[in-house]
Amino acid sequence: MIGAAWHLLLGIAWVVLTGDFSGGNLVAGLVFSYLVLALIQPQVPALAGYAQRLPRLVRFVGFFAKELVMANFKVSYDIVTPPWYMKPGVIAMPLKARTEFEIAFVANLISLTPGTLSLDVSDDRRVLYIHAMFLDDEAALRDNLAELERRALALFR
Amino acid sequence: MIDALVAVLVLVGSSFMCLAALGILRLPDLLTRMHATTKAATLGVSLIMLGVCLHFAVEAVVARGLAIILFIMMTAPVAAHVIGRAGYFVGTRLWSGTVRDELKPHYDPLNHHLLSGLEEDDGRPDTAASGTRATDDLPGHDAPDPDADRQKG
Repeated sequence: MIGAAWHLLLGIAWVVLTGDFSGGNLVAGLVFSYLVLALIQPQVPALAGYAQRLPRLVRFVGFFAKELVMANFKVSYDIVTPPWYMKPGVIAMPLKARTEFEIAFVANLISLTPGTLSLDVSDDRRVLYIHAMFLDDEAALRDNLAELERRALALFR
Repeated sequence: MIDALVAVLVLVGSSFMCLAALGILRLPDLLTRMHATTKAATLGVSLIMLGVCLHFAVEAVVARGLAIILFIMMTAPVAAHVIGRAGYFVGTRLWSGTVRDELKPHYDPLNHHLLSGLEEDDGRPDTAASGTRATDDLPGHDAPDPDADRQKG
């Protein structure tokens, strides 16, 4: 969080100092401040690991977009063809996410990937109940969900 | 070139939304319908907005288009979760082809406690003290033992 705040502050400082208030210039400022933060990161403990998050974020967005499109095609195929290939069911998924924000983020991501819909979190927040549309390969589905959670949590930790 | 890309994006986006509408009509129960509406519609809107961004290619439009995608992605799953959860706990019947339901044995409809099934691991009984749920417990109904509640009710 501190890293993000510094990033934004440096980017705005760039915009103010150059005097060019356009979106493109703000993007340029953010790129330069990212480089600066990556350079001074070894000296500042509060920034530790901040620069590594951007490539992780890019990879995560790519991974998520791929999942979104692939699974959407799967659901669409089942909708347009007359017989039902789906095997819906509710499964319990143990959560590694702990804080409220992490749980909300992971649950929303799971809801966004087609084929899975987060139903509820248990009262002690250790298990997320998920309605899944394709349970024919449950082990693969669980692996997929765990992978999604691991990658999502890597963005914040 | 750009025009062709925009056309493809808008066409694919609108066909996903068409599929979502078809899904509402065809799918057998509430939860599977929520699957169709949220995801396909989210992807459809995102693709159409990407097409809009490419077509106009002006900063103001691109910023708004991306903001629309972001907000749809933030709100759609929350809405789906709330509707699905409400429908499930009100007691909507699941489709006959549903292969399993791991939630049902852990949910107590009398005091609305939802156990995780992992309580035995650390020997600590679940008292549902996390306060995430708007429970309408009666004063004597917060006992951790579900059977006790059932006898009272």
